[in-house]
Amino acid sequence: MSEVQVRRKQFAVRKLPGFQSTAVLCFVLLYAPIAALVIYSFNAGTNIALWEGFSLKWYHVAWQNEQVQEVTIRSFIIASVASFSATLLATLAALGTTRTENYRGRTAIYALINQPLMVPEIVTGVALLIFFAIIKTVTGYHGLFYLMLAHTAFCIPFAYLPIRARLEGMDISLETAAQDLYATPWMTFRRITLPLLWPGVLAGAMLAFVISLDDVVITELVKSAGQDTLPTYMLGQLRRGVTPEVNAISSALLGVSILLVSLFYILRNR
Amino acid sequence: MAETENTSSVLAAQSHQVAIEASRRNKIRNFRLLSMPALIVLTIGAAGPLLIMLVYSFLKAAPYGGVVWEPSIDGWFGVFLKKDIFDGTISIATAHLSILWRSVNLSIQSTLLALILGFPTAYFIATRSVQTRNLWLFLITIPFWTNLLIRTFAIMQVIRDQGIINNFLIGWGLIESPIEMLYTDFAIMLGMTYVYLPLMVLPLYASIEKLDFRLVEAAYDLYATRLRVLWRIIIPLVRPGIVAGSILVFVPSLGAYVTPRVLGGGKHLMLGNLIELQFGQGRNWPLGAALSIFLLCVVMGALLIYVRVAQRGTTEHV
Repeated sequence: MSEVQVRRKQFAVRKLPGFQSTAVLCFVLLYAPIAALVIYSFNAGTNIALWEGFSLKWYHVAWQNEQVQEVTIRSFIIASVASFSATLLATLAALGTTRTENYRGRTAIYALINQPLMVPEIVTGVALLIFFAIIKTVTGYHGLFYLMLAHTAFCIPFAYLPIRARLEGMDISLETAAQDLYATPWMTFRRITLPLLWPGVLAGAMLAFVISLDDVVITELVKSAGQDTLPTYMLGQLRRGVTPEVNAISSALLGVSILLVSLFYILRNR
Repeated sequence: MAETENTSSVLAAQSHQVAIEASRRNKIRNFRLLSMPALIVLTIGAAGPLLIMLVYSFLKAAPYGGVVWEPSIDGWFGVFLKKDIFDGTISIATAHLSILWRSVNLSIQSTLLALILGFPTAYFIATRSVQTRNLWLFLITIPFWTNLLIRTFAIMQVIRDQGIINNFLIGWGLIESPIEMLYTDFAIMLGMTYVYLPLMVLPLYASIEKLDFRLVEAAYDLYATRLRVLWRIIIPLVRPGIVAGSILVFVPSLGAYVTPRVLGGGKHLMLGNLIELQFGQGRNWPLGAALSIFLLCVVMGALLIYVRVAQRGTTEHV
């Protein structure tokens, strides 16, 4: 053993020249643009290229902008509805597909659940646009329900995966013990399965919320007039060039995403 | 007497068997029912409309968007060919072909660039100690879960004429006037590499992590150079990861919409933008539907390779 260690010191088997510096460069490239965006959102000047001192001015401007308020509220309403319903549906589906014998049709269920991950967003968006156009002419309803349905659908796989992972790692003997002690199936679920599964459910909900909040393509295609969400509003603002205000909104949204994703990781590792 | 006892016990065993079978079926039915609500929503909100789109691609375009319910192959015809409005001559739709070529070309370029950057990064992470690995992986995944549009904005500000790179270069007197990078094919390629890089690193990491370094050591014992070890030992062993990562970057790049729209400035279209255009200004829904299905088929083909390679990868390691 010690001989091996001595040898390792003399000759690093795992080392490859240039790999470490490329990796460091890669991390820098990954974070530098985001860091620059956040830093410049605190710029006092109107020109986003020139640093004129620290200020919260643009956050204040964005906060006061009624249109921004409106689209932000809409984004959060859609994301809340979508993540709640997607998590509920995904939890049921996970309970129905994990810890069972391999019954007929299970592979097909997997495929359908993961379908939104495989089909390009633009394709799903266009298909929904066509489908909803038919429903709109038939029913005359133009509300937010379409966006909520679309978001729920593409959030399901993101909620499903962490819940399923949690279920697979769970000790089934606790549930068996509860049943041995004459607990009803519902009671076993309420008192044993659900509490153990809960971190997975929360993690799934966080991820679904972030995914819904960040969606651009499907929303852009499905939305009716006056149904902009925060990302589609920002995309629309691009015609006027990137303003420091957009920078401030971006940074705030970035903060929300990073917070939720960090919570997701903490919950997943619990 | 003994015989009847025997038959009755056989019967009892059989009925017991039947009861077990019935309860098993019952259980499976319940399991299927649990998945039903999710499947219904997915069918209405994602998978089903694809079939309607397929039907639409074989209908006639209405002049102001939408369709006329008459069968027609004009939509599919328009993917590669175009008919002159005046004399009806048929020629190849060069505009579409050049957009298609740009999509494929830029997707391949960004896949390669992501591989060049991602391989050493994944290798670096996989050779860290077990405790620090998770932190590095977390750092890779954080940008992936943050808004794609915001990351594209971030790249935009770096490569603008008055962006960080140009300001820096001019400030140091290296160049006189800004290098034009934004609103070019290069910008799109760079942007796609940037936003999809984590998709390359993660499967590569999964492969490299499983790599048996005793083989590497054996190669060095046999006087192999570092380059030779990389080329003949490491790369062949992590090939499933390389293929998986490449496909995971290539597929979303091919269907990209936001990145080319923001960084291409509306002039350098990719397939995703061409599709969207048919439902906006173009008002040719059947053509848009046909293009979408074309894109979907290419993507499914690539994913099929991915599944094949992934399966081979798992059996090899077992």
